[in-house]
Amino acid sequence: MEIPYTVAERPDTGLNNGKIGIWLFLASEVMLFGALFASYLMMRIGATEGTWPRGDSILNVPLATLNTVVLISSSVTMVMAWASLKRNDFGKFRLFQALTVLAGFGFLTIKYIEYSAKFHHGLLPSKNTFLAIYFTLTGLHGLHVIGGMAINAYLWGPGSKLWKTDPEHFTNRVENSGLFWHFVDLVWIFLFPILYLL
Amino acid sequence: MANHAEHDIDRQVRTYIVIFITLMALTFITVAISRLHLPVHLAVTLALVVASVKGGLVAGYFMHLISERKLIYWVLGFTVSCFIAVLLLPLWSHFDPIRN
Amino acid sequence: MAIIEHKTAPGHEAEPHEHAEHEHLGFWRQYVFSTDHKVIGIQYAVTGLLFLFFGFCLVMLMRWQLAFPGRALPWIGKLFGEARMPGGSMLPEFYNELGAMHGTIMVFLGVVPLAVGGFGNFVLPLQIGAPDMAFPRINMASYWSYFLGGITMLASFFVPGGAAQSGWTSYAPLSIIAGQGQTMWLFGMIFLITSSLLGSINFIVTTVQLRAPGLTFFRLPFFVWAQLVTSFLLLLAFPPLEAAGVMQLMDRLAGSSFFMPSGLVVSGQAAAYTGGGNPLLWQHLFWFLAHPEVYVLILPAFGIVAEVIANNTRKPLWGYKLMVYALWFLGFMSFVVWAHHMFFTGMGTTMAAFFQTTTMIISIPSVVLLSSLLISLWGGSIRFTTPMLFALAFLPMFGIGGLTGLPLGLSAADIPLHDTYYVIGHFHYVVAPGTLFALFAGIYYWFPKATGRRMSERLGKLHFWPSLIFINGIFMPMFIQGLAGVSRRLYDGGASYDFAKEVIHWNVFMSVSAWCLAISQIPFIINFFRSIKHGEKVGDNPWEATTLEWAAPSPPPHGNFATAPEAYRGPYDYSVPGHPTDFTPQFLAAQQAT
Repeated sequence: MEIPYTVAERPDTGLNNGKIGIWLFLASEVMLFGALFASYLMMRIGATEGTWPRGDSILNVPLATLNTVVLISSSVTMVMAWASLKRNDFGKFRLFQALTVLAGFGFLTIKYIEYSAKFHHGLLPSKNTFLAIYFTLTGLHGLHVIGGMAINAYLWGPGSKLWKTDPEHFTNRVENSGLFWHFVDLVWIFLFPILYLL
Repeated sequence: MANHAEHDIDRQVRTYIVIFITLMALTFITVAISRLHLPVHLAVTLALVVASVKGGLVAGYFMHLISERKLIYWVLGFTVSCFIAVLLLPLWSHFDPIRN
Repeated sequence: MAIIEHKTAPGHEAEPHEHAEHEHLGFWRQYVFSTDHKVIGIQYAVTGLLFLFFGFCLVMLMRWQLAFPGRALPWIGKLFGEARMPGGSMLPEFYNELGAMHGTIMVFLGVVPLAVGGFGNFVLPLQIGAPDMAFPRINMASYWSYFLGGITMLASFFVPGGAAQSGWTSYAPLSIIAGQGQTMWLFGMIFLITSSLLGSINFIVTTVQLRAPGLTFFRLPFFVWAQLVTSFLLLLAFPPLEAAGVMQLMDRLAGSSFFMPSGLVVSGQAAAYTGGGNPLLWQHLFWFLAHPEVYVLILPAFGIVAEVIANNTRKPLWGYKLMVYALWFLGFMSFVVWAHHMFFTGMGTTMAAFFQTTTMIISIPSVVLLSSLLISLWGGSIRFTTPMLFALAFLPMFGIGGLTGLPLGLSAADIPLHDTYYVIGHFHYVVAPGTLFALFAGIYYWFPKATGRRMSERLGKLHFWPSLIFINGIFMPMFIQGLAGVSRRLYDGGASYDFAKEVIHWNVFMSVSAWCLAISQIPFIINFFRSIKHGEKVGDNPWEATTLEWAAPSPPPHGNFATAPEAYRGPYDYSVPGHPTDFTPQFLAAQQAT
């Protein structure tokens, strides 16, 4: 009892199951972060005139810029990991996948430094609505980074066994987890200017 | 056949590197623009435009959206319209309150 | 295992081997942590039915308080302790707990899991000729996530302060300052939303990718289309509520002020929040989900009713294509009507005009769907089987529910009706004699497929008629009370208001109807359990139906069909002229059809 189109593409849709599945999941994530961006707008517009701080007056722009560079780089290494598999280069895949996971660690470390500095200075979510939405947006984003790292680490490690028995299936899995990872990067690309620079 | 596929991938990889460099440049441009302390409306517009270009590149090339299937486009189209609804309609509560 | 008749129809040849393949799965993997969509569907259905029963019990308690405000409830009252029912007499806080949890449980733990998780999971792969869902393990995960959400919600009754008591709508700021039960509600919702997301992804991919050869989109049974649109609603509408839930947790646990306005005073003391937040933001994000959610509640019902009507009129559905387009239009529109739940939040005329207009527009596809089903009866050879009785009753009941929604959707007409019993009457009509009746129709209809045995028609009728009478007895008077101005969520049912004097007596009538409705379910419960072991045995296609699920054995083995069925025609080829029988199944090849 085989589930069809797990790897092979269904002729009329041109897609396999996993690809549609991950895009549907990303669609739901667009709505999740969309609601949070909508909340950002409501908080900002509802704030008393002059009380909404400029991002760069409270937040650490250099660190966040570095984080942006880290995440974008990790997107490149992620897509290179997939491309290596398409080129049948498992070694290169392991290298690029490892770099992607490490970049994730880097992002989280920088985030940790940012957050602990905030807490140290009493800048908590309860202090004002700007900080509330800042911590919620970046916190939820951070959880997604952790989730993505977990999946990527699994595919680098125990999950990579599949390469030997079903290389096409494995390549698709890497592509799909890459889509999730790129989405996480995409959210940050908007988060960064909105929270930090405006 | 195998060569053709490999050549395709090689081309894609070259594209990825170009996109990467573009994204880096746009990141620095975004930060530079913010240093100018432009009036709010202009600042917001520019920031969103740059972010959209960056996002478009990631979505289009890293996520292969530029060569995706119709079904995915339809799903995303539906999603984007719902996204716009949730983003903009609640603001009406602020901009169109009851007036005596 | 039921004895399966071996016929020449597809799906039978290799059965004994199918059984042998799966003997090595232990009890736990086969019946508890199964990845088989049929097992998962039954798990969802049974759990959903249990929660429906529990939610019903909650409201039966409430109805005692409404009928006899302040009076001690004999014997049962003592069970709830002094904190909730001192001397057997209900406290207002407990009434609120019951109300909030009744709504939450019925909607999120009862109806949707049964309608979507239960029926969707069991029937959909069979109806499209698939061996299972596209992602069987994710399917299992979605059930257990639901289960955990349910446990969390039930557990919330036992924390200090009791379960959530700010309405199923959890409006801020009340929900922010409420007790621990509200936090558990929020975590419970996160589990439930996760379950829903996983499920909707599975349904969509399965429907798109796993259709049998020959089963083009416009040959799909209407039930499948209904589940597909429902899945899109769940996929896109739930995440904003999840985001809102996270923000409410932040407000409650981290002291943020997403929803806490500035200057709030609670019981004479300034609330310990910096403020600057917006309670309306919660309402927007909540209703962004909760409006599409009502279509999630009704669409699977429409799907079931369509199948039962086509089968029991021995006629194709009237306006099938029109109905499919109406489904999609409805689904799309459902995302832009939500603020008709918020007409009283101080919105200006432009905003009100927009949402009234979209709300009026969305009634059009609803009418198209209901009318098509009605017209489908015309000229039919109606078989008044139990599923058909429930499906027929659904039509006028949903009609009443839908029509009573119209004044609510117009902002001016809503003024005297908002937050009154009229609203409660309206939405219960669509969900209770509406959806629930359709779900009963579905149970009686697909029970033979799932178990290989029929349910008793006699007990079925004994279930149907009293249920129909008493359910109207509960909800019709609500319109009377609502029009008289009786507000909802009143602990004494309006007894302390002078203007309600004339209509307050209906409370007793409604409560008695509710308790009689409960008793009317006994024939169903007996029938359900008895028939599993002692019902009349049936073959693959006891209803002489045309859709693909009836090609599989009753019950279907793991993998459903030994050889993948093929669809040779549309889903409702009943009474085709020249054909020897009054039905031509989709799976019957052309040469076998003559």
